[in-house]
Amino acid sequence: MTIAAAGDTATEGSRFWRSIRQLFTRNLAAKIAATPMIAIVLVVFIGCTLWTVWFSFTNSRLLPTGSFTGLDQYNRLFSTSRWNVSVRNLALYGAFSLVFTLTIGFLLAVLIDQKVRFEDAFRTIMLYPFALSFIVTGLVWQWIMNPTLGLQGTIRGMGWESFTFDWILNSDMVIFALLIAGLWQGTGFMMVLMLAGLRGIDEEIWKASRVDGIPTWQTYIFIVLPMMRGVLVTAVVIAGSGIVRLYDLVVALTNGGPGIASEVPAKYVYDYMFTAGNIGQALAASTMMLVTVMIIVIPWAILEFGGGEKKS
Amino acid sequence: MQKSVSVKGLSLNFGAVRVLQEMNLDVENGEFLVLLGPSGCGKSTLLNCIAGLLDVSAGQIFISGKNVTWEEPKDRGIGMVFQSYALYPQMSVRKNLSFGLRVAGLPRDEIDERVARASEMLQIEALLDRKPANLSGGQRQRVAIGRALVRDVDVFLFDEPLSNLDAKLRADLRVEIKRLHQRLKNTMIYVTHDQIEAMTLADRIAIMKEGIIQQLDTPHMIYNNPVNLFVAGFIGSPSMNFLEGTLSGGAIDLGDVSVPTERYGFEPGNEKWSGKAILGVRPEHVVVGEGASQQPFFFDAAIEIVEPMGADTVAWTRLGSHSFTFRADAELNLAQGQTVKLGFDAARASLFDAESGIRI
Amino acid sequence: MSNPTVISTTVALDAVSGRTDFAGPQGPRPQPFFTPKRVIIYSILFVACLYYLFPMYIMVMTSFKTMPEIRFGNIFAPPVEFTGEAWVKAWSSACTGLTCQGLSPGFWNSVKILIPSVLVSTAVAAVNGYALVNWKFKGSEIFFAVLIFGSFIPYQVFLYPLVMITRELKIFGTIWAVILVHTIFGMPILTLLFRNYFASLPVELFKAARVDGAGFWRIFLEVMLPMSLPIVVVALILQVTGIWNDFLFGAVFAGTPNLPMTVQLNNIVNSAQGTPEYNVNMAATMLTGLVPLIVYFLSGRLFVRGVAAGAVKG
Repeated sequence: MTIAAAGDTATEGSRFWRSIRQLFTRNLAAKIAATPMIAIVLVVFIGCTLWTVWFSFTNSRLLPTGSFTGLDQYNRLFSTSRWNVSVRNLALYGAFSLVFTLTIGFLLAVLIDQKVRFEDAFRTIMLYPFALSFIVTGLVWQWIMNPTLGLQGTIRGMGWESFTFDWILNSDMVIFALLIAGLWQGTGFMMVLMLAGLRGIDEEIWKASRVDGIPTWQTYIFIVLPMMRGVLVTAVVIAGSGIVRLYDLVVALTNGGPGIASEVPAKYVYDYMFTAGNIGQALAASTMMLVTVMIIVIPWAILEFGGGEKKS
Repeated sequence: MQKSVSVKGLSLNFGAVRVLQEMNLDVENGEFLVLLGPSGCGKSTLLNCIAGLLDVSAGQIFISGKNVTWEEPKDRGIGMVFQSYALYPQMSVRKNLSFGLRVAGLPRDEIDERVARASEMLQIEALLDRKPANLSGGQRQRVAIGRALVRDVDVFLFDEPLSNLDAKLRADLRVEIKRLHQRLKNTMIYVTHDQIEAMTLADRIAIMKEGIIQQLDTPHMIYNNPVNLFVAGFIGSPSMNFLEGTLSGGAIDLGDVSVPTERYGFEPGNEKWSGKAILGVRPEHVVVGEGASQQPFFFDAAIEIVEPMGADTVAWTRLGSHSFTFRADAELNLAQGQTVKLGFDAARASLFDAESGIRI
Repeated sequence: MSNPTVISTTVALDAVSGRTDFAGPQGPRPQPFFTPKRVIIYSILFVACLYYLFPMYIMVMTSFKTMPEIRFGNIFAPPVEFTGEAWVKAWSSACTGLTCQGLSPGFWNSVKILIPSVLVSTAVAAVNGYALVNWKFKGSEIFFAVLIFGSFIPYQVFLYPLVMITRELKIFGTIWAVILVHTIFGMPILTLLFRNYFASLPVELFKAARVDGAGFWRIFLEVMLPMSLPIVVVALILQVTGIWNDFLFGAVFAGTPNLPMTVQLNNIVNSAQGTPEYNVNMAATMLTGLVPLIVYFLSGRLFVRGVAAGAVKG
């Protein structure tokens, strides 16, 4: 009996070790190949995120060594006017940008979808800004919006003395200056996305709606648009996560000015992290950015992948 | 008598490609016409032209006596059923059926009545509040037919409606469409590449190739009297045997054997025809075994390959130097290597000019 | 028996010229080119194109002007005195606040960052995508899901920890840190691209290679890779433009002597001392935008495919 028991544990043990060994040796090459991905996921996407969240609860200044202070950094964050302005700016920019990129992108796509000639030329012209750096975009528009020598000065020089286009110096309007530059760069891409969505619709749907006698505009609104749900959701997520990251454009176009009128959260983080030497504060701000993105992305992920495994 | 659908001198070019060439076609009231042909023959294009979904390059289209060449599809008095169903995915079945009617501004009770009638006819009442995504392929196609039905039109157009369904469902819906036609007595024009669908459904079949109607006739005539080699080879499975030889003086010389053609029904004026010709014999018109010697022509054949199909068996053999297939009762238990007596009657065969391919 | 309809078809074919009996509408629907609807469509598209082309026009015009001409104040006017001086200065002697060597050092830094970053990130992602499709292992899909999910997190969240990690690795302030960061953040989108592409290839191909006794790397190098040229090109386009246009990672990780072109450009324009030279600024901006623009115009539809493939999941 004892012997049998010993034998049992021996088999148990060897089975255990075999499965452990298998865990590493089975598809070994594949696991080695996937190491970078696993490392990035574990170290960067999970590790760094947790680290950032954790240290946002400390009073770290120049180095991340501070002691635990609870929600202190967050209290300070939300009593800092610069942060509050940043959040307000981002909300304003985000709302306008989302509405305008989506509608303009969709409208342009619909127009191009009307069997226009020179479709390729139109598309090339509308999409090229998307290939440029936000820095380039920001600097060009900074020059165009230059009050003395740019558009305003030129038009005043032509005789329209009261013409005003000084948005980059006007704290109330500066956010719309950002918006104009942002739309210039981004709407072409949205148009291409929407056009791909439109082209993906079964041609027989169009035929059916013609036989049914449904006017074109009604077909777009009541039939095609709902069928493009997937593309629309993707567009919103892409536009949304781009908006939260808004940084380069602000640095190039206004550098946060005039005053703090065009500050945004991403710039707040950067400045506190590398210029002001207040790491705890920067990490609290970046955690708030993280939370914002989660609020956008998690419902989308649940909607898209949560409801039953449709795809393999 | 006024035709239901009339196509006159219709041509369609895509750039330099001539898709339809000078097409003339008359469809009688209440007729079930099938457009049949291999893919790329222009049959769907013709249907789309009739529907007004494609602009023609030349010619005219009449529906119920009215010239509709320049009319919008909705004004032509047609309903159409598509291969991919083309149901509006976010609308319930009921909304799918009624959408066009609501856009046209019909009164509510009229719409309800038509939807109720169509859904009763197609037995989809239970599905009215479901979305297309929650329907099976067969159910979706019923709804698509229903959408054509509620339009209350004289002409139904079907663009390969059963091609996306599996074989069993296809057979079921085929019968259902036939029943629907018998009940409604509407004109139906039906595009397919499936010859069984064509043979079973059609009053008349138009066989198309490269934008030209090759033959327009009843299924019976198309099967028994194909006007050319293309039609002969396209209809029938397994394909007709084509035996090339020289026709002269009451017989066709196939090289090694001569087949008498006295009993063949020549086209008027062709009785004295001679020259290179092709004899077409349907595998199912070959008589096997004892009865063979009563046929005007018979021979002994060694079986090379046997394909049992269940109800019958298709066997491959040779007639002289020509490959020759025939269909036999499965009870005969044919086996490879076996020699059998085969016979056929030229009266049931076809003769074609070897050069032009036209029936002699 | 003959068939009358066929004969009538043949007759009609012969009688092409004799179509005199046609009354009423025939042939194609008359469609005047200038319907009000078409006019509106083309006008809107035309106005939109003006908006998109306007900055490019201004940029080019300004860059070829002299400063006195710019001070005269008409931003639309083409240069009266056409000069390339601003371009020369932008390239070789404009001041970035510290040094006055123009953009050229930044250009070469960008090239030095670009080439290894693009190659490493594409190669790693290609292998990873292949492993995810054909060599699934326990948890591989979960890792992939987290990878994609992670790509939506703002970079600011990872910035400081990555500074610490690269410092530990003794590569902070070198181009290697920038390359590492680009590889990390290029991973989600490129892996998605390659995974979807490999998943679209017939799986029988992989099975046949397995039966032939080929292993992980041999199948990848000899079967999969030769077939993936289109997607590799798409990935390269995506990465070349993306990495060239990066500002944040270059500014944080590269260290002062290695700053990429975008950062140097911003320094020239926004932190230069003295009176701003707008012609030099615009020439410098053009120079920085040139590389992605060339890639864009050369790649044409592939660029569209690249950005759309990155966006719309397969």
